[in-house]
Amino acid sequence: MTQATQSKINENDLTCSPLAGLKCKECGAEYEAKAIHVCELCFGPLEVKYNYDVIKSRVTRETIQAGPNSIWRYRDFLPVTSEDPIDVGTGMTPLVKSTRLARRLGLKNLYIKNDAVNMPTLSFKDRVVSVALTRARELGFTTVSCASTGNLANSTAAIAAHAGLDCCVFIPSDLEAGKVLGTLIYNPTVMSVKGNYDQVNRLCCEVANTHGWGFVNINLRPYYSEGSKTLGFEVAEQLGWKLPDHIVAPLASGSLYTKIYKGFQEFVKVGLVEDKPVKFSGAQAEGCSPIAQAFAENRDFITPVKPNTIAKSIAIGNPADGIYAVELAKKTGGHIAAVNDAEIIAGIKLLAETEGIFTETAGGTTIAVLQKLVAEGKIDPEETTVVYITGNGLKTQEAVQGYIGEPFTIEAKLDSFERAYERAQTLDRLEWQPVLV
Amino acid sequence: MSVKVLIPTPLQKFANDQATVNCAGGTIAELIESLESNCPGIKARLCDEEGKPRRFLNLYVNSEDIRFLDGTKTPLQDGDEVSIVPAVAGG
Repeated sequence: MTQATQSKINENDLTCSPLAGLKCKECGAEYEAKAIHVCELCFGPLEVKYNYDVIKSRVTRETIQAGPNSIWRYRDFLPVTSEDPIDVGTGMTPLVKSTRLARRLGLKNLYIKNDAVNMPTLSFKDRVVSVALTRARELGFTTVSCASTGNLANSTAAIAAHAGLDCCVFIPSDLEAGKVLGTLIYNPTVMSVKGNYDQVNRLCCEVANTHGWGFVNINLRPYYSEGSKTLGFEVAEQLGWKLPDHIVAPLASGSLYTKIYKGFQEFVKVGLVEDKPVKFSGAQAEGCSPIAQAFAENRDFITPVKPNTIAKSIAIGNPADGIYAVELAKKTGGHIAAVNDAEIIAGIKLLAETEGIFTETAGGTTIAVLQKLVAEGKIDPEETTVVYITGNGLKTQEAVQGYIGEPFTIEAKLDSFERAYERAQTLDRLEWQPVLV
Repeated sequence: MSVKVLIPTPLQKFANDQATVNCAGGTIAELIESLESNCPGIKARLCDEEGKPRRFLNLYVNSEDIRFLDGTKTPLQDGDEVSIVPAVAGG
């Protein structure tokens, strides 16, 4: 369908696609919904344009609730035209009302959006990849690819395997073992690049110039990034069709964070939830905090950095949507803060010990920043606050090894157990002593 | 001297649909002028009204971002590789 015919949408024609094309976020130039990601005129990012009248005419709370128990219940808000999108059960992850972590932090209405258990590869990336590969198939790609800090490679390889697409992924060579293994098992081609993520990303841009592949986060990026809106949609639906007061999310490229906002705004636009101010706060690791630095210095540009942190999944020194993230935090009255590696490990442990959720380093960063913002009085205890946990701790075991206890090795005898148990309780008391004194 | 320039897809129409162009120039700024004579029209896309590289374009010399080097004054030598990459990618 051409742009010209799409612009003449008959509002009553329910067969029209909500997908109306692409539009430059900077200069407004419009393009057909093809595999392109930047404006030819100014190189600004291209964003998907929708016919919201068509969406509004089709969608109600009831139609969504009657849809699949996955991100595809929001299909009309996603940039695909297929009747049979790739549905591997992605999305509709738990929104957990926190009691123990909330009490520890002194918050009264804290919720945890737990994408550590997203399907099929245990991170939020399954959302964006399900959308990107559905669109890749629609556009005729047979090989898909990505530049990844690990989670995206896991997800692209898994969902490509499910869809029968050839897959070649690029990762930095220093990734955690679990993330490398969790990609190789699906048998894609894996390029382990000697360099950091930003170098991997640049290389992929160059490969994309000469290979006609669908790079989910390069030439398919406008479609891919829309998948993150579902983290906004689900939270609104799971809160009983209400928006929260405050959200805290990790910041890598800044895309996830800005798309959660877009998700909330779209629900308001089509009348599914009431409009209200939502503060957007973001979390970075000190060892890679170009967005937090720009926010702190009130700059309208990002100065790239060379990452040096255990939070590898969010270690992007040259973040594509960094400037939009800074704008969003300022516009909504939120904050962007950074924490060090020791605080990240403490954040992982705190979430595990209080809520039974084992997150990776990005989640540790987010919890540590949540804690910091509460301590600084930047989150009101009464606010309905949602913290986004976007990945699973089993993938980054190296980060916490040496900071957690060890099992007691005992004989298969009752008295061996009794002695070890007594010792365990003594250790427990010793650990608490400094706190009690 | 000759510097290999990697051209991103949206600009390849200025370069006879080629992904690489060989050019000369002692610095990045000079290279942009030289690119313009080889590929007329490309400079207006690469640079803003003040002649500075656009906000959403990143330039690399031998894989290093020029913001970690000397910006548009970064010196170039025979055999260097300059890559022009739209900034909005990845994540």
